[in-house]
Amino acid sequence: MLNNEKINKFVIAVYVENKFGVLTRVTSMFTRRGFNIDALTVGETECPEYSRITISLSGDGYAKEQFINQLKKLYNVKKVEVLEENEAIKRELSLIKVKNDPETRGDVLSAVDVYRAKVIDYTLDEMCIEITGDPNKIDAFVKLISNYGIIEMCRTGIVALERGSGTLLGK
Amino acid sequence: MKMTGAEIIISTLIEQGVTDVFGYPGGQVINIYDALYKFKDKINHYLTAHEQGAAHAADGYSRATGKVGVCIATSGPGATNLVTGIATAMLDSIPMVAITGNVPCSLIGKDSFQEIDITGVTLPITKHNYFVNKIENLADSIREAFAIAKSGRPGPVLVDVPKDVQVATYDFEPQGIVEKKPLPKASEEQIEEAVKLVNEAKRPYIYIGGGAAGLGMGKQVIDFAEKIGACIGCTFMGLSAVPDNYERFLGMQGMHGHFASSMAQKYADLIIGVGVRFSDRATGNTAKFAKGTKIIQLDPDFAEINKNVNVDLGIVSDVFDSFTRIAEKANESKKPEWEKQVSELKEKENEIAEKAAKMAGDRMTPKMIFDVINKYKLPRTITTTDVGQHQMWAAQYSTFDTTRRFVSSGGLGTMGFGLGAAIGAQVATKDPTILITGDGSFGMNLNELATAVTYNIPLIIVLANNGVLGMVRQWQNLFFGKRFSETVLERKTDFVKLAEAFGATGLRATNIDEFENAFKKALKVNGPVVIDTYIDKDEFVLPMLPPGGSIDDIITDVGGKDDAK
Repeated sequence: MLNNEKINKFVIAVYVENKFGVLTRVTSMFTRRGFNIDALTVGETECPEYSRITISLSGDGYAKEQFINQLKKLYNVKKVEVLEENEAIKRELSLIKVKNDPETRGDVLSAVDVYRAKVIDYTLDEMCIEITGDPNKIDAFVKLISNYGIIEMCRTGIVALERGSGTLLGK
Repeated sequence: MKMTGAEIIISTLIEQGVTDVFGYPGGQVINIYDALYKFKDKINHYLTAHEQGAAHAADGYSRATGKVGVCIATSGPGATNLVTGIATAMLDSIPMVAITGNVPCSLIGKDSFQEIDITGVTLPITKHNYFVNKIENLADSIREAFAIAKSGRPGPVLVDVPKDVQVATYDFEPQGIVEKKPLPKASEEQIEEAVKLVNEAKRPYIYIGGGAAGLGMGKQVIDFAEKIGACIGCTFMGLSAVPDNYERFLGMQGMHGHFASSMAQKYADLIIGVGVRFSDRATGNTAKFAKGTKIIQLDPDFAEINKNVNVDLGIVSDVFDSFTRIAEKANESKKPEWEKQVSELKEKENEIAEKAAKMAGDRMTPKMIFDVINKYKLPRTITTTDVGQHQMWAAQYSTFDTTRRFVSSGGLGTMGFGLGAAIGAQVATKDPTILITGDGSFGMNLNELATAVTYNIPLIIVLANNGVLGMVRQWQNLFFGKRFSETVLERKTDFVKLAEAFGATGLRATNIDEFENAFKKALKVNGPVVIDTYIDKDEFVLPMLPPGGSIDDIITDVGGKDDAK
């Protein structure tokens, strides 16, 4: 609280009981404690009784510690782990609708090629691009493609796993 | 054996050792009340005037005993009326189980009559809650609710049971009372580290909070203070946790704390926090709090360590265990310089008090009222309060002869808490119980006088009547240029007649002699007594740390009545 640490982005993986209302309990805590998150994904895991929530947010060391502590206090939360930058595989998917303009079409398609993205819809006036990858790669792609007129875009938020054969639940 | 859901609810309460519940019937809990009727030889139900009163009563019951307080309300408005009571318990970490009925599962989500998503409403103000839509989960959900309510850092748990689940039948076999989950024990290294800090300290201050209330560690704290030459202070929630008639005990610190206690904390070089959370009302501006002072924090809740202030050593553990282990290992040491400094602070505090007493003239001051109460009150008296100036005076001036004797809403500051809580505390302990209240707070939930009369609960209600909302007025006086916006109560309530109308006894005191007589008379009445006690509308609670200020900004004197700075 009193530290003037710099703001970092971090990713937290949370195992929660796969029960009615648990996501609300988790997100309600963010509101109550004033945490502003960047992205959140939730889905099934290797164990049917648990869901995995992956949360991306920015903050200083104090915010990070508080966030983890308050998550751990929730009854349906079984495991909370910070995924460190160099130990985690992070992926995000994005769908981006771009203007299909004959003047820029070639540049857009080159960008799609270089970034190993895919065009999944193509009409006279728009193209829809699907891109998967590390969030930084997507950021870079979005920045580039914005020069050609983004009509609409959505991102899934990060999903992430730790490298190696270990599991979070097994930790 | 086969039982209905409603019978399972009551049987599980009985199984968990519950002997008293507070509540109010309604459409979606008729079955539960029918089961209460069936088991009425095993469990007492107290019918309050309002569900909020039931929640506060369950809370007071718990504060006075440490047991889990239980309240029951119907769906919709019944459940929402519990909300303030549940939040009050949450902020002060009070173990409570609230049971609500709800509309049948088939009507859930359809905005049915008296339907409210009460688990949604209470999500941020309960430790946990349950919506039980299957009868096979009912008994275990209630058992879990008790386990959660009393384990670790205690708190309220709500169990919402739709009507069809109350009506359905299922097998029930009674089990034992669920045990508290054991708290972690501090490691040897942690204890060593704490002992090192204690041994190095020249000016130690033992700081007792609500987490130590009721642990019965008064003797241990005193022995430790004696051993290392420390002084002792407490938070508002830590009042009555340790005996107050001990010379090293300086009383409450913080926004309205005792001068000597707050100043000693400032000058200390080590604060040993025992079940404290360094709330804003205790610390003032955290950027200026305890600068250069080492802090040890003992708490069962890991999330409290470094939450409000950075500490040098946080030990998440069974507070009693770690404290006694640190006390045992610490070196014995005399600290005459620190003792001298502390006794000078106490002298200064006395000087301030004497000056204030001189300036009082012949008016009846709060201090005089509490002197009378302290003189005549019976052993083991529980002091309950509402919220405002009277609460702070009660915290500053009341004496306590044992633990769990101070029942007051600290964290949430709930006006209207007192009467319900006093009823709960008295029912739980049968000990003499006093409610200190003000005309503002009392006006919020005075309907519970009916409850006190119905059950003939002996309560002495000292109503400090100044015709204003005194605490807000004090702020307006000091910080808002005496613009007394909406804090003057131009009501014509005659509280003596009001008490009589409810079937209680009403007495009036306009000066200290009348108050003394009234209080002595009240002690002889078997039932609730209201003493309408007139005090000046411009009394101040002092000392005061201004909002956002630190101990350096302490206000001990506001001069004459018309000379507030």
